[in-house]
Amino acid sequence: MGLVLKDVIDRLGFEIKVGGDLSKVVEGCYISDLLSDVMARSNEHELWITLQTHPNIVAVSVIKGLPAIVLPNGRSPEPATAAKAEEEHVIILSSDKTTFEIAGLLYNLLKG
Amino acid sequence: MTTKVSKPIEGSFQLFEGDFTNAGKASTELRSVLKSLAVSDDAVRRAGVAAFEAEMNVIIHGVAGTLHYSVSDGELNITITDMGPGIKDIALAMQEGYSTAPEWVREMGWGAGMGLPNIKKNSDRFKIDTVVDEGTTLQITILI
Repeated sequence: MGLVLKDVIDRLGFEIKVGGDLSKVVEGCYISDLLSDVMARSNEHELWITLQTHPNIVAVSVIKGLPAIVLPNGRSPEPATAAKAEEEHVIILSSDKTTFEIAGLLYNLLKG
Repeated sequence: MTTKVSKPIEGSFQLFEGDFTNAGKASTELRSVLKSLAVSDDAVRRAGVAAFEAEMNVIIHGVAGTLHYSVSDGELNITITDMGPGIKDIALAMQEGYSTAPEWVREMGWGAGMGLPNIKKNSDRFKIDTVVDEGTTLQITILI
């Protein structure tokens, strides 16, 4: 069972860096800073939590059709990343929390 | 369900080593073409991953090259040719985790040694032709 992205953003207090269609369904997350690993193993309906902030994360997200990218530890996308995300309709979120905390809260929200 | 096209649809992109700014441009445009033809989501995703990894190989190692795609009835063919250093040991390059990418590329999250394995995994047919010091050509077929 999943939740719509808007509810996940509200409940976990994410900041929207680049907005878009918030009605996408979220069923989990994939955590990796290796882009090929994300291409190999992430699934549709999974948020992608990553420390990478450069523009290539946008294309990875488009190719895999992921609902949103989440940057932990208060990170922001590089300006070129944000611009590309706008262009490609990729949602980028940010959180002050650590990857561990985000994943834990998301787990409780979806499976708890 | 097999995708039918009235005549083959083709496109080409130039690729340059170090051009990380445009990385993914060819693959995302190919993705849009496939989506407009109502190709299945699974085939679109597999084509996107295979094309993107092939693009990255040229951007990381290939000096300069091209990605050409052709969509015909039931089949997508992608050919990526580069003028890079070639692959010395294909078996080793196909091994997940083996990479010759420089450190700064790895810091971007590329160069994990998953490119060629990812291409193989997502293709229905996959062929590598490589000559050391001349270049590499990948031929990828995905049934659509």
